[in-house]
Amino acid sequence: MATTVYEPPKIDPDRLPDRGHSGNGGWRNLVPSDGDLHVALDYSPAPSSTAIWVVLFAITMMFAAFSSALFVRKGSSLDWRTFTLPSILYFNTLLLLASSVTLEVSRRRVATFMGGRKSQVESPARWLYITLFLGLLFVAGQYVAWLRLRAEGLYLATNPSSSFFYVLTATHALHVLGGLGGVVHVIRKLSNSALRRSTLDATARYWHFMGGLWLYLLFLLWMKL
Amino acid sequence: MHDMSAHAVQHHAPPTSFIRKYVFSLDHKVIGKQYYALALLAALSGMVLSWLMRIHLGWTNAAIPGLQLLSKNGAPGGVMTPEYYLQLMTMHGTIMVFFVLTTAPFAAFGNFFLPIQVGAEDMPFPRFNMMSFWVTFLAFVVLMSSFFLGDGPTLGGWTQYAPLNAVGSVGGPGQGLGVVLWALSIALFCIGQLLGALNFISSTLDLRVKGMSLMRLPLSAWGWFITSCMGLTAFAVLLPACILVILDHVAGTSFFVASSLVINDQLLPHSGGSTLLWQHLFWFFGHPEVYIAIVPGIGMVSHILITNMRKPMLSQRVLIYCMGALAVLSYMVYGHHMFVSGMNPFSSLAFSFPTLVITIPATIVVLIWTFSLYGSKLRINSASLFALGFISMFVSGGVSGFFLAQPSIDIMLHATYFVVGHFHMVMGVAAMFGIFAATYFWFPKMVGRMMNETLGKIHFWLSFVGAYCIFMPFHYLGMAGNVRRYSTFVNDFLQPLIPVHRLITIAALLTGVAQLIFVYNLIHSRFWGKPAPDNPWEGTSLEWSTATPPPWDNFGGKLPIVYHDPFQYGVQSSVGDYVMQASPEQVKTEHEEK
Repeated sequence: MATTVYEPPKIDPDRLPDRGHSGNGGWRNLVPSDGDLHVALDYSPAPSSTAIWVVLFAITMMFAAFSSALFVRKGSSLDWRTFTLPSILYFNTLLLLASSVTLEVSRRRVATFMGGRKSQVESPARWLYITLFLGLLFVAGQYVAWLRLRAEGLYLATNPSSSFFYVLTATHALHVLGGLGGVVHVIRKLSNSALRRSTLDATARYWHFMGGLWLYLLFLLWMKL
Repeated sequence: MHDMSAHAVQHHAPPTSFIRKYVFSLDHKVIGKQYYALALLAALSGMVLSWLMRIHLGWTNAAIPGLQLLSKNGAPGGVMTPEYYLQLMTMHGTIMVFFVLTTAPFAAFGNFFLPIQVGAEDMPFPRFNMMSFWVTFLAFVVLMSSFFLGDGPTLGGWTQYAPLNAVGSVGGPGQGLGVVLWALSIALFCIGQLLGALNFISSTLDLRVKGMSLMRLPLSAWGWFITSCMGLTAFAVLLPACILVILDHVAGTSFFVASSLVINDQLLPHSGGSTLLWQHLFWFFGHPEVYIAIVPGIGMVSHILITNMRKPMLSQRVLIYCMGALAVLSYMVYGHHMFVSGMNPFSSLAFSFPTLVITIPATIVVLIWTFSLYGSKLRINSASLFALGFISMFVSGGVSGFFLAQPSIDIMLHATYFVVGHFHMVMGVAAMFGIFAATYFWFPKMVGRMMNETLGKIHFWLSFVGAYCIFMPFHYLGMAGNVRRYSTFVNDFLQPLIPVHRLITIAALLTGVAQLIFVYNLIHSRFWGKPAPDNPWEGTSLEWSTATPPPWDNFGGKLPIVYHDPFQYGVQSSVGDYVMQASPEQVKTEHEEK
């Protein structure tokens, strides 16, 4: 096997700095030729842009497992009872979708805000607070849906259909709360002027994914329950 | 527009307090050592459990002094009951598979060396990394607590088949609280490993230094990276399965327990659950888990062999593709664990085919090793011996897999010691040999001292011969029809096989004692070993370019630049027959000079 001695990759001034599309050799390939650590940190990588896809993949696998369990369990026995979904779920869906829109508005405003054109736009923090509020309202709405089912006498162990309803909605709500933690983190970082673009992007991707996941779950529950 | 702050938030300052340095450390190297210590503790616990089981199998009525202290009901007078045998067996399997074979080769060595080999100062998310270890540690504590709470640990085996895993305490000792603790422990373990996988994948993709293309990663780094991808998929499925089991126990749901089930004359209130559902969810995790245990070993052993052969593998690229193929195929074969479960026979056929196909990348890996070793001047040391031992165990255990892959043969052998012998060799002992090889190889870098080579070689030969004495007869027992999971074979058709069991027990005890040599060597060398130079094995990857042991930011404030492929041996450079990845020196191979 021949020894290959490669020149270190040249730094392309047009590509500096990278905009977050990691993977092709990583951000670190932009380190200047003397390999100085402190300069490297200025081009600090944004592993969160990769990591968020990793997280979303794990969540997808988790809900895929729950979904297949639902299909198998429904098909394995005749004891499956259907019930009508509480109508508040549709209202909650609108809340979650609206929160995605507000987060997207704030994400765009942050770009302008942090780009030094502060005076032209109002602070994006307001939109983040609205997102936070809508998210909390969604979780509260889910709680109301559980109360409705309880009032109908449908508990976790009443029937496999209600079991799956509670398991799927509760797991999703926990993940939504995790996303709200991300939004709070973004608000804190923004107020300290230490927000990284990649952090905001990752939070937004996660949040939009929660909306998409909820649409899928709603469809699944509507079809199967 | 790029990052909005000038400072990278993922990098942490050097630790100053004792707690931050050694307990809740953010440093991937300390976390790696913590994982190693946990795996060592777990391995010793699991080994003691296997001794207890083996003594009982050989001498059924013999009292084991002190065992009654561990469980008054399980071992009255020191003689274990059949139920307690099953409880010990379950704990042995769970501890070994999760807390040894997953944590040591993947989490321990991967944590310590993956960031250094890619040229990073740390993992990208040190806090998640710290949580990963402590959640795993908590999982271990929860699991071990089941020895002392309620009526002991669960007896359902490490696979925890339904419906036994969900019927509650009516199913036997440990089937109430024991199962809940087991499922809780494994759920926590899944969370810990998912956090770990997040860091491993992001490190490999995002934190590589300048010049470090993916194909320039050493094979060990590839092993860890591929394993983290597998772990991400597998543990994300086991976690919901554990949640459903816990709900069946504590909330009265019926996911896994069928209708009208009567156990111990008691009609269960559950209805309509699917017992096969658990097996599907479990084995979707369970089979990749086998590769999670072995693929880091394949990577590390390749790395160690190359360094000691002083020449590259025949094809690094093909080895990487084979590890990737093993990872992908591992998700398509899981049904071969369920040939006797009552699954549709057509499904068995569908799972049998990829099971035979997966032997192809495994065989290619072995052939690459064999033909690379051919004609090489292998440096014989403890690490290379254990690497050779890994290949030997991997092949010996793997060959029986060809038989088991076929449903018609598997139906006969499935519930016998043949399968026990198969998986102990190919996944258990082989992975352990990989861990030992990696320990002898990387210990100098991890603690700054050399291990004792003589003791290492004695440890190897005793372990190598001992492992064959233990696990080869298992195959014979299986073919003779010796069923597995039974606690005793007195007074039945298996009685004539008891002498074989006694031989195995003696071999297991002696091989176990030989492991104490390793533990002594580890502790003695840690404090009184010969100080290690920076590059004792004349290696080329980045961990050998930095100080021994590495400083907290791995490279002392200067990031390396990578100029070479990972294993440039058999060349003439200013330092010898190798050129390091971070060396800008231009070299020619002997071949090119001719």
